[in-house]
Amino acid sequence: MKVTVCIGSSCHLKGSRQVVETLRRLIEENHLENKVEISGTFCLGQCQKGVCVTIGDTVYSVTPETTEDFFQTQILSKV
Amino acid sequence: MRKFDTKVQHLKYKVLREVARLAWRDELLEHITDIPKTIVPGNEATMRCCIYKERAILSERVKLAMGGDRANPNVIEVIDIACDECPVGGYKVTDACRGCLAHRCEDVCRRGAISFDAAHVAHIDKTKCVECGQCAKVCPYGAIMDFKRPCERSCKVGAISMREDMAASINNDKCISCGACVYQCPFGAISDKSYILDTIDILKKSESNQKYKVYAVVAPSISSQFTYAKLGQVISGIKALGFHTVVEAALGADMVAYNEAAELAEKGFLTSSCCPAFVSYVQKAFPDLAPYVSHNLSPVGTISKYIKDTTPGAKIVFIGPCTAKKMEFQKPEVAPYIDSVITFEELQALFDSKDIDITSLGEDVLDNASYFGRIFARCGGLSDAVKEALKEQGIDNFDLKAVSCDGIEACRMALLKASKRVLDGNFIEGMACTGGCIGGAGCLTHGEKNKAEVDKYGREAHEKTIQDAIGVLNIH
Repeated sequence: MKVTVCIGSSCHLKGSRQVVETLRRLIEENHLENKVEISGTFCLGQCQKGVCVTIGDTVYSVTPETTEDFFQTQILSKV
Repeated sequence: MRKFDTKVQHLKYKVLREVARLAWRDELLEHITDIPKTIVPGNEATMRCCIYKERAILSERVKLAMGGDRANPNVIEVIDIACDECPVGGYKVTDACRGCLAHRCEDVCRRGAISFDAAHVAHIDKTKCVECGQCAKVCPYGAIMDFKRPCERSCKVGAISMREDMAASINNDKCISCGACVYQCPFGAISDKSYILDTIDILKKSESNQKYKVYAVVAPSISSQFTYAKLGQVISGIKALGFHTVVEAALGADMVAYNEAAELAEKGFLTSSCCPAFVSYVQKAFPDLAPYVSHNLSPVGTISKYIKDTTPGAKIVFIGPCTAKKMEFQKPEVAPYIDSVITFEELQALFDSKDIDITSLGEDVLDNASYFGRIFARCGGLSDAVKEALKEQGIDNFDLKAVSCDGIEACRMALLKASKRVLDGNFIEGMACTGGCIGGAGCLTHGEKNKAEVDKYGREAHEKTIQDAIGVLNIH
């Protein structure tokens, strides 16, 4: 599974670093390093929804606070 | 508020603006010959001896705005007919000499080049004079003046000489494309080639970023430019031109500082590789030191590589203060990552070619880098960043002794000492322009306040450490 986190200016200010750090920690804790690949991209063009995270063609709106929920519902349950 | 330092810049800008205006509409070839008349519409000469010469020179400027002479590998070119063939005599005694008794000029001259005529007026024997300028310094009347050409005086690598017809000529084997002569020539007879047409072409063919995404990577010195508007409005303006988004080259600087610190600790002695004019100078004037130039790509090269690696098909335009970057992006090691380079001067021309008044736009955000990446724009910033990167990586067995050089003369001194192994330092931060990038030839304005503006912009960064800024990138 490929998870892409927007690290453009707008999302960065809304906490992309915290989102990435949390996702990275959760992936490690759940031993999903071989199943989930995280990458960054500069601006997905939907700044008002930031922090934007895409899986496949779907763009999700995530905040540092909702990252754990997002991981549980969209990543952990689907790998 | 004034947008440019000089009228020469303003004239160059008007040409760029008109060329761009026609290019956006696909009418350039049709109306190219109208541009000189658009800029100088009347029948009266405003700058030169006659209106026809003015227009002929403008036609040459149009060529440069369209990329210049493709057969000439240098991005800096002389417009022969614009060169006023300034006097080249060097130091001369002027009419202000009062024929005094003190004769300080004679006493200070170690070459015995000064003599006096029957009226006690000083004369310089040019067969003995070495143009040291000491006589001019000591004359109480300031009667001795240096008649060196501004282009020659500005060129600290000695690449400019006079042809037989007295026009200036650039020696490409020595030229490092720093642009000092471009900014200093009072007649605007030396200019950097422009890639605005390539940039417009990239933007148009992207079909509003549908075919591929076009990224603008901006140099941190942008914080000292466009001071008539807010930085956020400049970012909005760049997007209004059709760019998908704007990314800070300063984030590339964070990456460079991090890697360069490790490289320095490993090798023990290093020079920076950020400034392409400095790198070119080392290669041309101190080839023995070339292996010690950091192997990192420059900040813009580094961040552009990251963008291209993570976004297939992306096109990248660098926007900065630098004419030498126009040379750098064509080098084989950088060419895959950067598609075009324009200066702040040219960005202003692009805004106005589309009638974008940035002061009327909302404020967008620009925030990727740390304080340390951002202060690369001014002299000393790179060394501060490398020091911080050593600390953050816990490399405490290496004692950094940085020598920050701005201006080619300072760089030459440090490199000369390094080549003789007597340099009191283990890291040379080399910047070809005085003050660092904020002194670049492609800046709209140059001033004392610019360093403070860069530092202020640095302090406003969301991320405070280099690791925090680049942590988000190492996510593979």
